[in-house]
Amino acid sequence: MGKIAIIGVGQTAFVRNYPGSVRELAFDGFKEALQDAKIKTTDIDASIVCSAPEYDKQRSPAGVLAEYLGLNPQPTFYVESLCSSSSMGLKLAYSLVKSGLHDVVAVVGFQKMSEISSAESQERMGRGADIQWESPFGTMMPAYYAMYARAYMAKYGATSEDLALVRVKAASYGQINEKAVYRKAVTLDMFSKPDDPMSGPVASPLRVGDCCANADGSSCVIVASEEKAKDFCRKPVWIMGLGSATTAVNMAGRDLFTGLSVAQASAEQAYKMAGITPKDIDVAEVHDCFTIAELMAYEALGFARPGEGRDLIRGKETYKEGSIPVNVDGGLLSKGHPIGATGGSQIRTIVLQLRGEAGEMQVKDPEIGLVHNIGGVGLYGNVTILGR
Amino acid sequence: MSNKKEVDERFKKFGTVSFTSLTKTNDFVTHLEEGKITGTKCRVCGKVFFPPRADCYKCLSSDMEWFNVSGTGKLVTYSKLKFAPVGFEGDVPYSIALLDYGAYKVFGRLAKDVPEEEVTVGMDMKTEVNRLPNGQLNYVFRKA
Repeated sequence: MGKIAIIGVGQTAFVRNYPGSVRELAFDGFKEALQDAKIKTTDIDASIVCSAPEYDKQRSPAGVLAEYLGLNPQPTFYVESLCSSSSMGLKLAYSLVKSGLHDVVAVVGFQKMSEISSAESQERMGRGADIQWESPFGTMMPAYYAMYARAYMAKYGATSEDLALVRVKAASYGQINEKAVYRKAVTLDMFSKPDDPMSGPVASPLRVGDCCANADGSSCVIVASEEKAKDFCRKPVWIMGLGSATTAVNMAGRDLFTGLSVAQASAEQAYKMAGITPKDIDVAEVHDCFTIAELMAYEALGFARPGEGRDLIRGKETYKEGSIPVNVDGGLLSKGHPIGATGGSQIRTIVLQLRGEAGEMQVKDPEIGLVHNIGGVGLYGNVTILGR
Repeated sequence: MSNKKEVDERFKKFGTVSFTSLTKTNDFVTHLEEGKITGTKCRVCGKVFFPPRADCYKCLSSDMEWFNVSGTGKLVTYSKLKFAPVGFEGDVPYSIALLDYGAYKVFGRLAKDVPEEEVTVGMDMKTEVNRLPNGQLNYVFRKA
C-alpha cells in the first residue's frame, strides 16, 4: 500500500453563538474542504464525524450529518475522544484508506458549545474526568490543568509571567487570523492589573488570560490514497506519523504532574513511524487549552528539555520567526476551542503551512509539521506528523 | 408490604453532588459514616487501589478487601477554585488537591480552615472525613 494524503482542508470561523444549527455549522467547514480539494460529494467513499456528544441535543449526529452533507448512501463513523476527537478521526481515516477499504474519506469535526451556559459547559467538561470519584469534589477543566501548573511551577520555578507570555504570543497571531474567535491583542500588563479581566482568578494559579476561548465551529479534513491524491490534488500533504495513547482518568492513578504522559507516548510513536526527530519539525500546532499546556507540550514533543519550556517562550523561539514556530494561528487560546472541531483545525493550519498558503501567518518554507491534540486532562493523546 | 426490591444507593451521599448511585464499592460511604477513608486491596495478587475498585485489572479477580487510608501523604499539587460547576456554587472558594501516600494517591479537597499561606507543595497532610453543609459526605486534607 502507498502513502496516505490530505487533499483538502476547511474550517468555519470559530465564533461565539453561531447563528444556525449543528448540521449547518458542519456544512460550512465541509464545503470549504471540498472546494479546497476540488472534489464532489460523490468522490467521497465514507465520512467520519467527530464531536463530544454531551453538548448536543441530537443523538448519534453522524447519520444526520451524513445526510445533510450529501454523503448518503456512503457509510459514516462516529468518533469521540473529547477535545482530540478529530485527530482520532484522522487516524481512523488513515486506517480505512491504508487498509484499502475506502479511497477518499472526509473527517468532519464540529461543536456548538453556545447552546448551554458557561457554568453548564464547565460541569459537562468536568464530567470528562472521573465522575465517580473526582467530580463530586467540584472539579472542572481549568482546575485540573491548574494542578499541573502548580506542580510544574513548584518543580521548575516557572512563574505566572512565563504562562502569560504564552497567551501574549497566541493573541498576537489570533489578531491576524480571520478565523479566530478572539481577535484582540493581549499584553503582559493586562495580567498585572487587578481590574483587567485577563488577570481575574479562575483556578489558582491560572487566570482568565490563561484559559482558552470556548467557541462554535466545524472543521473538515479530506484523506485520500496516494493514487487518488495524485488524480485530484496539486499539493498533497502526506501523513508521515501517527501516535496515540491513554492514561488513568483520575489524577490519583497518575504518576506525572509536570507533563502529560499521553503526549510523550504519542510523540514517541509518531516520530518513530515518521522516522524523524524533534529537530526535523519546522512548524507545530499544540493543544494550548491552557497556557501551561503549551509549555508542557514543548517538552513532551522534545522541543525543550523537561523544565526548560519557558526558555522557548521567553526567547520567542516559538514565534513565527523563531527556531520552532508553535501555534502561529492563535492556538486554542485565541483562535478558540470548539472541542470536536479543534484537531481538524490544527491539521488544517499545518496543511496550509506546508503548502505555503498560510498568508500572513506563513512560516518560512516548512517541510514537516506536527499536530499535538489532547483529549480531556491528558486522558487521550494524539500526535500527527505531516510532510509535503 | 412492598414488592419493590431495595436499591442500595448509598453512593449518592458522596460529595457535594454525586453522579453515581449504584456501585459495588458502596461500602466506601458506610466507612465514611464511621469516620474512615478506605481503599481496596486485591486478595489474590495484593494490588492496592485508591480510589477503591471492585475489580482487579491485574489478575482479573473481584475478591477484594478494604484497608484504611492512614498516616500522612505529601501534597503533590492543588488549585483554589474561584468559579464552580453547576451544583457546587455554594462551596466556592474551595481547593482541590492530591496527596501521595507512596503506595497510592488520594484526590480530594483541602480543609476550609487550612490557611492558604501555609499550603506548600510537598508538605505532609492527613486525610479526614468531612460532613458538608448539605448533609453529604466527603473527605478533606489537613496539615499533619
